[in-house]
Amino acid sequence: MLRYLARRVALMVPTLFGVALLTFIMLRVVPGDVVEVKLRADGGYVTTEILERERARLGLDKPLPVQFVDWMTGLVTLDLGNSMWTGRPVAEEIGVRIGLTFQVALMAAFISVLIAIPLGTISALYRDTWVDYVVRIFTIAGLAVPSFWLGMLLLLLLLTVFHWSPPVTYTPFYENPLQNMAQLIWPALAVGYRYAAVVARMVRSSIIEVMREDYIRTARAKGVFERLVVARHAMRNALLPAVTVIGLEFAFLLGGLVVTEQVFNLNGIGRLFVEAVSRNDFVLIQALVMLLAAVFVTMNLIVDVLYGVLDPRVRNA
Amino acid sequence: MNQVLHLDEGCSHTRPPGVDEPILSVEGLVVEFDTSRGVVRAVDGVSWSVRAGETLALVGESGCGKSVSALAVMRLLAKPAGRIAGGRIMFQGQDLLSLTEGQMRERRGRDIAMIFQEPMTSLNPVLSIGLQLAEPLKIHMGMSDAQARERSIELLGLVGIADAERRLAQYPHHFSGGMRQRVMIAIGLACNPRLIIADEPTTALDVTIQAQILELMKDLSRRLGITLVLITHNLGIVARYADRVAVMYAGRIAEEGPAARVFAAPRHPYTVGLLRSVPRLDRARGGMLETIDGAPPNMLHPPTGCRFAPRCRWRQDICATDPALRQVVPDQSSACHFAEDMPPPPQPLSGHALAPPNAGAMLLEVKGLTKHFPVRMRGFFGGTATVRAAQDVSFRIGRGETLGLVGESGCGKTTVGRVVLQLEKATGGQILFDGEDLATVSSRRMKELRTRIQVIFQDPYSSLNPRMTVGGTIREPLRKRLGFSAIKAQARVEELLDQVGLLREMADRYPHQMSGGQRQRVGIARALAMEPDFIVCDEPVSALDVSIQGQIVNLLAELQGRLGIAYLFIAHDLAVVRHLSHRIVVMYLGRVMESADRDALYAEPLHPYTRALLDAAPIPDPEVERGRAARALTGELPSPLSPPQGCVFHTRCPLADAQCRSVIPPLREIRPGHMAACIKI
Repeated sequence: MLRYLARRVALMVPTLFGVALLTFIMLRVVPGDVVEVKLRADGGYVTTEILERERARLGLDKPLPVQFVDWMTGLVTLDLGNSMWTGRPVAEEIGVRIGLTFQVALMAAFISVLIAIPLGTISALYRDTWVDYVVRIFTIAGLAVPSFWLGMLLLLLLLTVFHWSPPVTYTPFYENPLQNMAQLIWPALAVGYRYAAVVARMVRSSIIEVMREDYIRTARAKGVFERLVVARHAMRNALLPAVTVIGLEFAFLLGGLVVTEQVFNLNGIGRLFVEAVSRNDFVLIQALVMLLAAVFVTMNLIVDVLYGVLDPRVRNA
Repeated sequence: MNQVLHLDEGCSHTRPPGVDEPILSVEGLVVEFDTSRGVVRAVDGVSWSVRAGETLALVGESGCGKSVSALAVMRLLAKPAGRIAGGRIMFQGQDLLSLTEGQMRERRGRDIAMIFQEPMTSLNPVLSIGLQLAEPLKIHMGMSDAQARERSIELLGLVGIADAERRLAQYPHHFSGGMRQRVMIAIGLACNPRLIIADEPTTALDVTIQAQILELMKDLSRRLGITLVLITHNLGIVARYADRVAVMYAGRIAEEGPAARVFAAPRHPYTVGLLRSVPRLDRARGGMLETIDGAPPNMLHPPTGCRFAPRCRWRQDICATDPALRQVVPDQSSACHFAEDMPPPPQPLSGHALAPPNAGAMLLEVKGLTKHFPVRMRGFFGGTATVRAAQDVSFRIGRGETLGLVGESGCGKTTVGRVVLQLEKATGGQILFDGEDLATVSSRRMKELRTRIQVIFQDPYSSLNPRMTVGGTIREPLRKRLGFSAIKAQARVEELLDQVGLLREMADRYPHQMSGGQRQRVGIARALAMEPDFIVCDEPVSALDVSIQGQIVNLLAELQGRLGIAYLFIAHDLAVVRHLSHRIVVMYLGRVMESADRDALYAEPLHPYTRALLDAAPIPDPEVERGRAARALTGELPSPLSPPQGCVFHTRCPLADAQCRSVIPPLREIRPGHMAACIKI
């Protein structure tokens, strides 16, 4: 198992390197850079000389391979560099926002898994009855409704019905949990709905499939209580594909928060991302892409490890 | 023996067979399934019963309702599609259909246990064997963890699994198919049930393992006084193990009676046909097999009157009315208007004896063929291991001749076929086809030669393109490889369909609109299209029902006689091989064990493995079976990754001694033309 883990971690390196290379090239291929945006944005006249000096200061005049090597060396030594726009260290820019984003994502994941697994199971067991139809309508709606729009609905609802709106300023959880929750539960619900819908549909279809397996018939032929047939024999097998979806959706969620953060006026990673892109802040964009890629790869790893825990065939292979 | 006494404690249901009232009787059972195309009556008014201590065999082809009626007894029909629409199921004087689901659940696994066909999928892959075995003990007997564990160890010992304590912690994937079936039997036995229903318990297993499992079941049911309902399509198994037999056809009972009597004097034309269409190990082949024409009816629209009438050779006008199941002679019933006149004398077998081998004209010569597959081992630096799928295999096939290649799963027979077809490159050796070595011939030349070498696959369901019509499938190589014009190709397709016994208009059908036997005929027509000299037949009949098997075997024999095609006939069934082959090669773990002319091999098998294979296969005749000693080969097939040192067969061989462990026996000619790889003969 340890060996397997070590191997998987080692394999993450080339994946991340590939992401880094692609991101780097793609950013450079697109015309324009941060200097232009910064100095010419207002249509003011700036001499080429000034532009060149600013570029030299940011290191943008160096040959591309050198820039890439510089960035890579920085990554390896965990130095993400400074934002080209604000000049502050990228690590700091991300650091102040990452807590909020991760909290929203985690809450969304937690809520939705808690809802989705029982919902999917019930829907599968009562297949083609009204229970199933209700769940299916609920989940298909989850896929269809954009989370930012649901977010706006939530805000409007709170305002018109309860005459209350969530706090605007971010309070860290450890300072005032209640205040924190009051602000973040809404975006978590807004993005979690889709998440729950995806997972519930997956759980439903995989339970339906598993309930047809021969070993379920064997369990019944042994006289096992139907409850136990589902909980012990079906669930563990059915959760395998669901775990994959839960893991990958979590990684997607971080990316998907971009718009929702705007709606709820949250200063998180998503918002930072939008700003960085609009300003051509290469250093920041690269760092954020690498962060998301790392989350993706790590989630994949966690999923695989969970597979090993749930499925003895994987454990020994 | 102590274990057995312990098991018997507190249950005194060992009564002499046949004295008592039936322990289970199914009366007028009707089972219906909702399908997208309408309601199917899979079981239509079926009655059968089994007395305590007896073994009843339910026999029939796929779709006849034998499994469904057994699942109905357990009330485990697939919901919501299946339902019991009528009848009673009396078990120990109580109608199981009148019980609540909770009461029924209490009986499952405690009073009635069931063993299923597919050992590979019938155990839960993510739960340990120990947990799965302990489950019924805890639920029905209220045992504690420690008690259940102790009893589980005892049960595994009883079904012949060594090292039980360690194995309880293992998972199904650590067990081979045969071992899993033993676990299933242990689970079935757990609560001392009165009745065990075994649904094709050995169909997925190799013949030597099948013999082990069946012997075990017979032995345990006798010793523990358990009543057995055995569902099978294999008449040999019925002959060897059943006291009574009920033959089912198209959802009804065709015939029912004591096994010995039914085999000696069958009273239903279907039984007669079945018994005559099985290729038999104990009889020299006499030309064509007698077969049952046609295929079982579509159960969506079963024929009115006698359901077997459309296929019956003795059909009369009266057969348009439904024959009731009635007693013909005491204790034997049949659902045929002419039961009293059954069985009719055998048909005089029509012509077409096996084409004589065209000695001298060599077509294919395989010399020292070796094929190794590298297998990646686990771990980062695990490296690779080698599976020696075929080691030094040699044989020759003359023009118009058939070579039978026989062995259990993993023996390398399919690999040899694939290498001959050049779907795999040989690791070593020569494959001389008409004098040219296929292993070294240029790819352009190979392309030309491919038209002369064709293949028929095992699975007629997956080897045809589902989106192509039958005509399209056959036409494709004609147009693409032989450059036929559309008109010429069409004419040839029709000719080919005639040749394989299909109607011309079937050219427009898709594979899913045809039965298994018809599809296999399409596969044969496709192979014939190129007018080959040689066809590799890879288990062409093993996926088919008995009555259909005979038709395909006959067709292959007839085509050979007419067109002079040579076959490499790969199979695991010695009886089918016997019927078609001129020469036979027996393989085990990648090596040739014995090779001989057909008659010599069956009359006087030399190698202990060949003898074991012949012993393991049951013969569909209770008289013959009674005279045969039950000598099941012990042990499991070793992993091909680490085959035994010396003779690969020594781990299971009754003759093996220390020498066999060190010397790899060469294949040597013991009698003229009869080779065997054994140092003990």
